[in-house]
Amino acid sequence: MSYSKWTPYLFLAPALILFLAFTIYPIFASFVLSFQTLDAGSYIFVGLDNYIRLLNDTVFGKAILNTIIILVVQVPIMLFLALVLANALNNQLLKLRGFFRVGFFLPAVTSLVAYSILFSIMLQDAGIINQFLGFFGIGPISWLSSSFWAKASIILAMTWRWTGYNMVIYLAAMQNIPNELYEAASLDGAGKLKQFLHITIPNLKPVILFTAIISTISTLQLFDEPYNLTNGGPADATMTLGLYIYNNGFRYFDFGYASAVAYVVVIMVAILSYFQLKVSGDQ
Amino acid sequence: MIQKQIKKIVQYVLLIIFFIISVFPFYWMFVGSTNHTSKMFTNPPTLTVGSQLMENLTNLNNSVGIWRVLFNSLFVSLTYVVLALAVCTLAAYALSKFEFKGRNAIFITFLLSMMIPYQATLIPLFQLFSELGLLNTYFALIAPQLCYPFAIFLMRQNFLAFPTALIEAARIDGAGELKIFFSIVLPSMKPALAATAIFLFMMQWNNFMWPLVVLSSQDMYTFPVALSSLIGFSIIDYGQVMVGISIATVPIIIFFLVLQKHFIAGMLGSAVK
Repeated sequence: MSYSKWTPYLFLAPALILFLAFTIYPIFASFVLSFQTLDAGSYIFVGLDNYIRLLNDTVFGKAILNTIIILVVQVPIMLFLALVLANALNNQLLKLRGFFRVGFFLPAVTSLVAYSILFSIMLQDAGIINQFLGFFGIGPISWLSSSFWAKASIILAMTWRWTGYNMVIYLAAMQNIPNELYEAASLDGAGKLKQFLHITIPNLKPVILFTAIISTISTLQLFDEPYNLTNGGPADATMTLGLYIYNNGFRYFDFGYASAVAYVVVIMVAILSYFQLKVSGDQ
Repeated sequence: MIQKQIKKIVQYVLLIIFFIISVFPFYWMFVGSTNHTSKMFTNPPTLTVGSQLMENLTNLNNSVGIWRVLFNSLFVSLTYVVLALAVCTLAAYALSKFEFKGRNAIFITFLLSMMIPYQATLIPLFQLFSELGLLNTYFALIAPQLCYPFAIFLMRQNFLAFPTALIEAARIDGAGELKIFFSIVLPSMKPALAATAIFLFMMQWNNFMWPLVVLSSQDMYTFPVALSSLIGFSIIDYGQVMVGISIATVPIIIFFLVLQKHFIAGMLGSAVK
């Protein structure tokens, strides 16, 4: 008994039509657009002009640098914290495990805009965070108006939002590590730290790689946080590639140039993902 | 022995500190929504519930029409979930239970497209909807991401685990393909469907950049756009902002606490098992 050879195509049809219209077409269209510019109301082909302009654009340079700084500082801190917390919660003897897990995961259910705004209020000069630090004689820190601290604010906020999310991923993966490995290590006299470094981390390597790639891809597109938390300021100190694409496209309506920036992000994502996969050596 | 005890205590203290850091902003958001703006920056900080909630809510409603925003967000997200789930589930079923020409090529294209930054499609999409005269519509919010490759991937994983023999047996009994899909395969996919639905819902509920670009009138705003517009005013009334954030966040938190397992599976995109 068999099915008509058209059946699978009919099941696929709605997805394929939508995919062609709203994903494939725009990907190619923005590639073409990145070689064009608006001249007297219509788009004309200008070759590599947009890309050459990028090379001399200091704001674009800042956007790349800021994105990379945030990426290089935030992702490792967050993933490390997530690993440590997951390791702590993976202990069967720990009391209130469920309670801690829910608490740590809670930030991940807030919308990016909502938490960005919440942090923009908490991080004001007279805000709750500075007042709290004041108890310990620290500060006040000008979180949102110094170029160093504005980046730190974004990193802090993102770490708050995403650590628990990654922790839960690690926790799920840790359940799959056979207990015998730990028992054998215990008998050999390996302490908790040694077990963490020599059993847990190597076993989680594919998952750690997965989270690193996901975090890298989303950080390269960072938009909601700089838009709502710092608005790219002060003086472009938190300008990111995502925000720069938006500004060029929808503040200056320079679609060709915005598309060129977007394609730089496409290339960066491709290179970094390839590099991360290569380094891991697995695939 | 004592050393072990100390280690244990230190561990709990650290976990409790992290717990407080994770949860405190929610408490503060709630307190803020019940107090006047000026109370948010007092020294020492105001940490107790005030009596301004209704007033803040009224002000918020006057500035952005919060009930309309709530309706827009709910309507768009729920409609999106139902339609996207249908589109992606049908596609996933074809990609897992049928042999046909181009199957692997299509699946790999879907997977590769997940690596393409959303922003690379933003401008042509905007131009497309602009030419169609569909900017500032619900359609523009819902349509572009209906075919969501990650959801197809998730559902495919689950369909692969479904015994093909059952499908073949039903065919021999003369059941039509749609009937097999809806009354034999789908009923056993409920947990996977729930997790995928939650994933899609959260994505649409939180979606910001695209709605920001296509929406031009306040009566169409979804939560992220409306909240973001509040902090664009020259004088920001933080009491209102806090109520707005609370209304956007509290239902999701309740939803999460009730459906924890499905919710986590959905958010992590691990609908399997």
